[in-house]
This record gives sequence, C-alpha cells and structure tokens, in this order.
Amino acid sequence: MTAEATNIRPSLFQTDARTKRRNAAEKRFRLYGVAAVSFGVLALVVLLSSILGSGLGAFRQTFLTMDITLSAEALDPKGNRDPAEMAKQTTITYGKVLGAALEADLAAKGLATEGLSAKEINGMISKEAPAQLRNMVLADPDLIGQTITFKALANGRIDGFFKGRVTMESAALDSNVSPAQLELALAMRDAGLMGLAFNPGFITAPDASELRPEAAGLGVAILGSAYMMLIVLVLSLPIGVAASIYLEEFAPKNWFTDLIEVNISNLAAVPSIVFGILGLAVFINFAGMPQSSPLVGGLVLTLMTLPTIIIATRAALKAVPPSIKDAALGIGASKTQTIFHHVLPLAMPGILTGTIIGLAQALGETAPLLLIGMVAFVRDYPGVPPEGLLDPAAALPVQVYNFTQRADPAFIERASGAIIVLLVFLLMMNILAIILRRRFERRW
Amino acid sequence: MSIGLLSLVVIALAAAGFLVGRRLALSKTGGDLRLLHSLPGYYGQTVFLFTAVPALLVMAIWLLAQPLLIETRVGAMIGPDDIPQGSSASLVMSDVRRIAGGIDLILAQAGLNEGDLAAMGADVSGVRARLGEVGVALGSDVRPTVFEAARSYRDLMATGRLAMSAVVLALALAGFVFALSRITPEFRARNVSETFVRVLLIAASLVAILTTVGIVLSLVFETVHFFRLYPAKDFFFSMTWNPQFRGGSDLGIWPLIWGTLYISLIALLVAVPVGIFAAIYLAEYATRKVRAVAKPLLEVLAGIPTIVYGLFALITVGPFLRDYFAQPLGIGSSSSSVMTAGLVMGIMLIPFVSSLSDDIINAVPQSLRDGSYGLGATQSETVKQVILPAALPGIVGAILLAASRAIGETMIVVLGAGAAAKMSMNPFEAMTTVTVKIVSQLTGDTEFASPETLVAFALGLTLFVFTLGLNVLALYIVRKYREQYE
Repeated sequence: MTAEATNIRPSLFQTDARTKRRNAAEKRFRLYGVAAVSFGVLALVVLLSSILGSGLGAFRQTFLTMDITLSAEALDPKGNRDPAEMAKQTTITYGKVLGAALEADLAAKGLATEGLSAKEINGMISKEAPAQLRNMVLADPDLIGQTITFKALANGRIDGFFKGRVTMESAALDSNVSPAQLELALAMRDAGLMGLAFNPGFITAPDASELRPEAAGLGVAILGSAYMMLIVLVLSLPIGVAASIYLEEFAPKNWFTDLIEVNISNLAAVPSIVFGILGLAVFINFAGMPQSSPLVGGLVLTLMTLPTIIIATRAALKAVPPSIKDAALGIGASKTQTIFHHVLPLAMPGILTGTIIGLAQALGETAPLLLIGMVAFVRDYPGVPPEGLLDPAAALPVQVYNFTQRADPAFIERASGAIIVLLVFLLMMNILAIILRRRFERRW
Repeated sequence: MSIGLLSLVVIALAAAGFLVGRRLALSKTGGDLRLLHSLPGYYGQTVFLFTAVPALLVMAIWLLAQPLLIETRVGAMIGPDDIPQGSSASLVMSDVRRIAGGIDLILAQAGLNEGDLAAMGADVSGVRARLGEVGVALGSDVRPTVFEAARSYRDLMATGRLAMSAVVLALALAGFVFALSRITPEFRARNVSETFVRVLLIAASLVAILTTVGIVLSLVFETVHFFRLYPAKDFFFSMTWNPQFRGGSDLGIWPLIWGTLYISLIALLVAVPVGIFAAIYLAEYATRKVRAVAKPLLEVLAGIPTIVYGLFALITVGPFLRDYFAQPLGIGSSSSSVMTAGLVMGIMLIPFVSSLSDDIINAVPQSLRDGSYGLGATQSETVKQVILPAALPGIVGAILLAASRAIGETMIVVLGAGAAAKMSMNPFEAMTTVTVKIVSQLTGDTEFASPETLVAFALGLTLFVFTLGLNVLALYIVRKYREQYE
C-alpha cells in the first residue's frame, strides 16, 4: 500500500504495476467464467455425442436376405393349412428350413464353406429368426408352398462385426463366433446376401433374452411408457389444476393452507426413489395392485409430477391481471364463475406448458419404477386400456437400465439406442411446450 | 360389469341428469328464465355432480378395500400345513390368485360348468396339468385346501364385483333422484354446485398432504418392523454392510453413508465452482446474445433424465477414468468408482447451482454495483467484494438444494458407483450409496418380511430425513434472503 500509494504516476498513458495487476485479475476472472460456461456446454456436447455415437447403430441391423421355399411337407405335414395344426411345428423345424435355404443360397452364389460345419453356418442366423418366420407363416398359412424372400436377423456377433464391435482377434477368443464365420460373412456381404439395413423391429419388437441382443426391441417399453403418461396426464392435470385454483384463489391464509404449501414445496424436492418406496408399500403391498403394471407406475409418477404442475399452474394463474377478475366480479359474476370462465382460460397456455414439462420429467424417471417391479422381463404387449393398465409392462428408461445389466456388449448399443428414442420423445414434448408458450402466452 | 363399463354407465347417467335437470328447472317455471334463482345449467350441474361424484368415489374406495378383505378371508382358509418348506403365506396366496385366474380360463376353454369344478376339487391330481394347458404354470402340485381357497377366492371376487356394481349404480341413481327432487325455481342451484366444486378443489389440494402422510407412514411402519427383526444399535453404529440371504447379515449404515457423502462431495466440488462461475459470467459479463444461447444450453443439462447420465458414466466416463487415470497411476482397476459417479453427478448439478445463483445475482440491486464502480472498483472486484457477499445466503441455499439432489440421486450411482460397500479414501475405488442399496435390496428375490428387504425402508427413512432437513434449511435461507431486497 505504502509503496504504491506514494508512487506518483509518471503518465496517464503508462499503466502502473498495480493497475496491470488489477486488470490481469479482471481478465483472469472473466476467463474463469468463460471456462465454466464452456465446461458445461462441452459436457453436454460430449454426453450427447457419446450416446449418439454408441446408440445410432441400434437402428440398423445386419440382415440375411434369402429365398425360402416353404415346403408343405415340412411345415404342414397334414396339408390342411389349419393354423392350430401347423402350430405343432416348433421353431426347430423352421430353423432347419432356414438353414437349408441359407445353404442353398450359398451354393448358388458359389461361396466356399469349407471348414465350417452346418451348425456353424446355421449359427450365423439369429435364434430369433425361426420364430419370426413361424409367426409369419402361422399368420398367413397361404404362404406355404410359395418361395418367399425373407430377411432374417443375423446373429448378434456377426452384426457386431459389421458395426466394428467384434474383430477377427476377439472372435478367435470367443466361443460364440469363429473367424471363419466372419470370413464367410464378409464374402456373403460382397455377394449381396447380407448387409446392414434399417431395423424397424428395434422400435416395435418386444425385449429379447440375454442371448439374442439382435432381436431386442422397445415395443413393450414404449407402450408401457405411453400408458403411464396417459395415467399421469388424466390424473395429474385435473388434480393439479384443482389444487392450484384452491390454493391461489380460494384458500384463506391460515395454518392449514400453510401446511399444504409447505407440503407441496417439500414433495417437489423429495428424492424420486422415496416415491418408489411409497408405491411399493401403499399401492402394491397395501392396496394389492399388480406389480410391474402401468397403473401403479402411473400413480407413482402422478404423485411425483403433481408439485411441478401445481407450481406451474399457480404461476400461470398469478400472471392473469387482477383487472380481468375485477371486471368479471364487477358485472356480477360469482367468484367461481370468474375463475372458471375468465381466469382459467387465460392461464391455460401456461398450465399446459407446465404440464408438458412435468410429463417430460415423468417420462424420464427411472428409480421409482425399479422398486415397483418394472424391471421384470416382459415379452407380451399389455392389453388395451382400461384392463391393459393392469398387465405387466416395461417402461422406456427402465428398459435402458435392463439392457445395461446384461453381459453381452451388444446390449450397450441397444441401451444407447433406447436413450436416443427417449431423448427424441423428450425433445418433441419440449418443442411442443415452447411452441405453446410462444404462440399463446400473453403478456400484459 | 367391468370397471370401465361401470364408470361409463355412471358418467352417462350423470350426463343425462344434466340435461334432465336443466329441462326440469325450465319446465317448472314454464320456460320463464327470470323466475329461476340460477341459470338453468346450474340445475343440471347439481344433478351431474350428485350422480357422478359419490358413486365414483365409492367405486374407488371399494376397489382398494375389496382385495384386502377378500385376502384376509381366503388367507384364513389356508392352514400352516399348506405352506411348503421354504415358502411363505404370501407366495401361497399368489398361487391362489393364479389358480383362480386359471380356473376361469379352463371354464372358458373347456366349456365346463360349476358342477365339474366341484368334481375337480374332489380330485386335485389333474388340476396342475390342466392349468398348465391354459398357460398357468405352477411350481408344485395343487393341494386340496389351496384349490378350495382358490375357488372361494374366485367366488368372493365375483360376488364382490357384483355387489360393487349394484351399490355404485344404486348410489348413482339415488343421487340422480335426490338432486332432481330438489329442483324448484327457488332452489339455489348455483350456490350448491359452487360449494360442491369448492369441496372438490379442497379435496384435490389434500392429495399433497396425503402423499406426504403416505410416505411417512409407509417408511415409519416398515422401519419399526425392521427394527423388531434387527437391532437398531447395529444398524446405526455398525461399520460393516454385508447382507446374507440366509440371515445373519450385518446391516450397518455407515459404509453407505460414507459412499453417499463422498460421491456428493465430489459432485459438489465439480458443480459448485462451475455453476457459480457460470452464473457470474452469465449475469454480469455475457452479452445478451451469449446469454440467450448459453443459459438454455446449460438448462438442457437439468432436463436430461438421470438414466442418461447413468449410461454416460457407465460407457464413457468410467472407462475413460480407468484407462487414463486410475490404471496408469496404479490406484484402481474398476470403471465404476466414486470419481466416475461424482464427476457425472457434478455435471448434472451444474444447472441447479447456476440457474438459482443467476437469479439471485440478478436480484442484487443495481445501486450496489453502481456504488462499487463509482469508487473505482473493477468489475471482478465488484463481483467478489460486493455482489457475492450480498448474494451469499441465496447461493448457499442453491448449494444446499444441489446437495440434497446429490444425496437422493439414484440412477447415476446405480450405474456408475458400483455395489461394494466400502469405507475407503481412494476415489478410484467402487463404493456404494444409500440409494443403490435401496434399489438392490428391494429388487432382489428375497422374502419381503426379512430384515434384508426391510432394511431398505430404514435406509429410505434416513434418506428422507436427510434430504428433508437440507431442503427445509435451503428454502428457509433462500426465502430469508429474498425478503432482504424486496
């Protein structure tokens, strides 16, 4: 202090040491700020690109394209085209048909298969493909006797090879796939028998077992999530709006109202897993509702979403100018009429925006659903509501968790792919919310 | 009658009631509106509300209560001999439910009648095979008493359904007639329907209280249950967590609390400096354009579901930290570690800190800044010596809220932190948290009434109390601060 304070500045055009130091500190401080913002944005970019990078592959799958002659002797020995009779032919029979078709195709293209047993060649086809062929034939018995072009899923390891997950070196150590099979796969790709193509099954098919990552899809999970969102919407919108109207417009200022308000703000911050414990104890153990059902999931998510909707609705109601209320009251409307005829319609865009954001939160919520049994392996699509709401189902985020718990690395790709689907839904909901706000929100 | 159909009938009746009520009110005055107390629609509304609301309410309560009552009645039919070794009453009850469902299928497919059922009950040897044919696979042969229990379960369910339909319809009709009978020109229909609506509004806002009560009761009840089976002293003071399927577990909470706090600490070490500097930059330095882009981008981080962060930790951050830090330094070989979970959670928490701090910094009055600039302070000196001290209580509140998020966070730690309950200082080792153990104890196959499962409720209660305390404190500080400049 003393040295600098007494130091008489030689010229205004020359910055002294202290000013330099202060300016440097200023610059540094600013830089910290830039660094912090960049760190956040960079983290977002890395996060999204890592998910996209590992997940986009799930939408494309390796298929074997082959011509199959569905011979009546093998598939419908009685020859009466009765699906009940034909159902006696198991997937093993269909597997043999597929194998024979593949061998015929290989021979026709003149691809060498020395050193590969028939079992190894058949092993290149997914174990799910015979079941798909069987379902196709049972659904349309007239196919029997025809020669059809069938796109069979390739085994997960072959698929991994084309996506770079499996290499010749790793295959040499892997008991499930051999380098010779990969060589043949390469030759088949060059001959046009095999290749990557868009895989609609990833969106529509149900989950598949641990050994068939290539067949695993999100159909049941998407349906289950949709059911839950339906329940959340139907329950939380009316209850949330009703509660907000009471608290904002009618409630007298007393201890009871304070109690409700404190409750709501605390519920908004309770960890989500605690809601799962609530669902398990109250809805499943006490009320006896079925485990893993969208109904229980929907109820739990409703309770979680309510605070969000109530907070948004109250803000929207508050934003309606009092002059509108005063005008309605002034020409003789009752309080209820004022609110339901004038305030509520004006607040509706804000309420809907808040609801959509609440729904988006609920859609991505995982932890409470784990506790109410949604982790179960479900292959059957739930039925049509309302009864279907009691059927077991999966949910999109829980499906991601399920995929990550499996050993085969192919499921990591599936998990990332499922996240992409989830993020696309969230993006659409948020865009809808933004559009609603931009188009209908009024500022007074 | 199925629930969907029943509710449709009630609603249709109520809608008809609206029309009839309106028409009736008008006809009572010979079509002269002026003689009515309220607008005709309100007379219709009272009929609608009195028809629909009590009936649907009773239906909802009935649906909750019926399974409880029936299960206690049927449960009494199953003696202790019917419960096989290694099984439990609840497992036998679930068999009973499945057999009851299977009987319906058998009846539907084979065209049998109730008399054949009695015959089946007399000789139960073939029942398991028949149930297997309709897709109800059972683990063991059906005992006669269990089969009888299933039959009476089925009968009771059917009777219950029938009784419910009758009661609900009767109630709807009674409400319909009652409301119609009240309609006279002098009847204050608007006041009645508005009071009714207001009661509904109050009921809706009670849901929040009910939820809290439900959370607290379910946690406390099961925790008390747990402490009857397992000494509270060991839970609160033991340093080992080692659950065993066959009993004799060590369920000390400290390793879990250690893991939770360690991970939260790392998360806050990431999120607090980044969040606060980002908030300062956005509030004080950034141009309008930069702010318009960067602020929403940071807030996107808050909108991403936690499972996405969990997967990010699992497939990207974990292997990266293991290959480039832990293994070269020789301090760890696992990709799930405290560091992985903490780092990713820190990224998730950035917007929680930055958004709230941003608001609070913006709320500091401009006059304080102007005063500081007037004295010759640079912008950073103003921030450090004037704005931050003024905003400090609010920022502390924001940090506490972020800490409560970190403690209650589940998916990131489930996928990123590992499952080993350890108390170690090495951040590159896998440790576990309270939330991870709640998930793993409640998603396993252990019997519900064992201490290994019930401990999850004690953990949940601990978590709830912890986060609640932090939230209340944070809200108190933020509210206190807000008042300061208003």
